[in-house]
Amino acid sequence: MQPPSEHVHWLFATGVLLLGLCLLAEAVVGTEVWRRRAWRAYLWPGLAFTLGVFMWPVMTFYTNSTIHMLAHGAWAEVLMIAGAVELALVRGKLHSPAWRLTMAAAFLVSGSAFLVHEQNVWFFQRSSLLHHLLGWTLVAAAVFPLARSVRPRSQAAAAGFALTFVVLAVFLYCDRDVAPVFGHLSPLAGPPHR
Amino acid sequence: MNAELVSELEVPRQRTARARFVSALGPLTVLAGVIWAIVQPYRLTILHPVGQGFWWLFVEPPLLVIAVGLFFYFAIVPGLLEDLEEHDATAV
Repeated sequence: MQPPSEHVHWLFATGVLLLGLCLLAEAVVGTEVWRRRAWRAYLWPGLAFTLGVFMWPVMTFYTNSTIHMLAHGAWAEVLMIAGAVELALVRGKLHSPAWRLTMAAAFLVSGSAFLVHEQNVWFFQRSSLLHHLLGWTLVAAAVFPLARSVRPRSQAAAAGFALTFVVLAVFLYCDRDVAPVFGHLSPLAGPPHR
Repeated sequence: MNAELVSELEVPRQRTARARFVSALGPLTVLAGVIWAIVQPYRLTILHPVGQGFWWLFVEPPLLVIAVGLFFYFAIVPGLLEDLEEHDATAV
């Protein structure tokens, strides 16, 4: 009953895409309007926290190697911490915008985990390319949550932060276990499937 | 024409650029899912379900994209537009 790993990527892509759309809408209408209804204020931080919770079964069941287990565990932790901090900021339990640095840390840890746990070269197969892309995108995009913590009202930072999640969702949807990328597929990767 | 009735007619409101953008997010997401399904029909296992396992039938990426767009459009956008209009009206 365990889903193939590519299906897990697609399910997470769905959550990340919804997260991206919510953040994009918030960036456009402004935080004041977005938070007019309590359920909406908690929506995307709650979604981030939930995605972190769902990373734990991934850590438990997809133990291809120790590095995979450590990477998935690190994601689970940083996603849950970042989501919890955003929830506390919305609730008013935390006040300083500097707490948003946890999201920047989550981006850096997640990006590093992607890069470290992908041990094949970029063009080994499609999932290799996408893991490298996801990793570097997250590392580079850490500048947006960093900017949000320094300048909380910056629309550019909010829009960049939101679009990062949309881009991540696209990459995750493109992920396949064994499939060629730009015509390249290592013979060591195994036979490609649909 | 009765002027009293005319005054009760609803005047179509001009939506702001922000409202139009937010309204478009859901449909654009659905459109992306539909285009993806047309371009890569083999990603839709429901079109050839014989011999497929549960996960291949349950997780179909283009349909998931369409579902996200529909959920966003019907569950999140209406309330958000109401609040945005209220905010803009009080800000004027």
